[in-house]
Amino acid sequence: MKNLASRVLFPILFFAGLIALWHYLVASRVWSPVLLPDPAEVWRYLAQATPELASATWVTMKRLLLGYFVGIAIGLPVGLLTARFIALRNSVGVLALGLQTLPSVCWVPLALVWFGQTEGAMLFVVVMGTVWSVILAAENGVRSVPPIYARAARTMGSKGLHTWLKVILPASLPFIVSGMKQGWAFAWRSLMAAEIYVTILTGFGLGHLLHYGRELNAMEQVLGVMLVIVAIGLAADKILFAPWERFLHRRWGTGKEE
Amino acid sequence: MSLTEALQVGPAAKLAVEGVTKTFPLKRETVRALENVSLSVGEGEFVCLVGPSGCGKSTLLNIVAGLESPNAGTVRSDGKAVEGPGRDRMMMFQEPALFPWLDVFGNVLFSLSLKPGLTDQERHEVAAFYLELVGLTRFQHASIHELSGGMKQRVALARALAPNPRVLLMDEPFAALDALTREQLYGDLQRIWAARRKTILFVTHNVREAACLGDRVVLFSPNPGRITHEFRVDLPRPRDINSVALAEYATQITSALKGRSAGEVSE
Repeated sequence: MKNLASRVLFPILFFAGLIALWHYLVASRVWSPVLLPDPAEVWRYLAQATPELASATWVTMKRLLLGYFVGIAIGLPVGLLTARFIALRNSVGVLALGLQTLPSVCWVPLALVWFGQTEGAMLFVVVMGTVWSVILAAENGVRSVPPIYARAARTMGSKGLHTWLKVILPASLPFIVSGMKQGWAFAWRSLMAAEIYVTILTGFGLGHLLHYGRELNAMEQVLGVMLVIVAIGLAADKILFAPWERFLHRRWGTGKEE
Repeated sequence: MSLTEALQVGPAAKLAVEGVTKTFPLKRETVRALENVSLSVGEGEFVCLVGPSGCGKSTLLNIVAGLESPNAGTVRSDGKAVEGPGRDRMMMFQEPALFPWLDVFGNVLFSLSLKPGLTDQERHEVAAFYLELVGLTRFQHASIHELSGGMKQRVALARALAPNPRVLLMDEPFAALDALTREQLYGDLQRIWAARRKTILFVTHNVREAACLGDRVVLFSPNPGRITHEFRVDLPRPRDINSVALAEYATQITSALKGRSAGEVSE
């Protein structure tokens, strides 16, 4: 019973309370309804614009997933190599550290100049948002692997690529997963920034919907799209990362099982 | 390699350490970890290497394992010069060095994964056999962090035994365990050694442990690391670490150890 209360009842009350507070603020005219529409207005928008939202979500997710996986496909091997070779660590590693501190939205102006208003610009921004943190996480992960693992594996006949794939890589998984999560967050943020800044004809994403919501002064659209963006973020966490994190918790014994 | 071969008892290997010297260059000086050390270990013999830390006993074990190579001298296992790690010589470390991303069964399976000539089915059978031998069948699907220190070392022992090596190299495997768990493992190790007929080279700084486990106890002294004494322990097995006869041996060995290091700074 206690479980049910804390797992289901309390969250429902919490979010219902938030919506009620929102409705109360609108109803008591603290702000103009033009600035903050009623939750029911936003709901109506979401219901009525579902096809539009779905196609925008599809466009955005295609860009995000493509850029993200390209970023990982580049970042993971490069990170492993920088961990392996000191020369790379002092060159590529330093570059990655520097560029990772750069907010990924800062790539947008450059992408626009280089690629114009194209899908290429979008891809570039997402990859730049992802790749550096994945490189750093992989490098850090590998360097945190206790050397005894590789020694033990050597006595069992493992060497070279086998040791890397079967020992070093899984041993650094906790770092790599958290790096991939961070990369995802950066990619998502940078793509939204790019879509809000850049109008391109090849696809109309969530960021564009948000932008036009502002242009049309349609606050129910702005808020509705924001809700969709939040929902996607939550879903990505549950679908992409939660299974990995459950595995890590179970095997490494870190954190608490839910 | 077939299943019967993977599970067969013995044969153990003869080990011959011939004039091994190993130095580690540091900034200020060169550490002479081993100087002209020779030692021969018979088939199926249990030899304990004892000495203060820094006397090179672990270095010798690493050289026999093929994880390090000597500056001079050779190590032969069954007459064949050791040039690198091999599944005929498996090693156990002070830390269990088990892989946290695999479960207990997966860890034992790992040491078989690179052994040629077995089907997956046979690898599973072999792994199950050795888990049973160390008494952990019930825990085969457990994660490593769920095990106690003693259970972890049992898994490490099963993993080292699984490729059916001729030599088992053990580097203070019980040093981090509590006394009660250790005593249990002394019994189990003697039982498994008798059942599986392995040649064992066992490094420890615990004299009693050495007298309890070893057919022979070899004393090392540091700077440069070399062998100073050898004792043959003629006690029936299985031996109890708390027996009076064993205590006498331990006293003898300890006084030899102290005699050697008289005048040197004790630890």
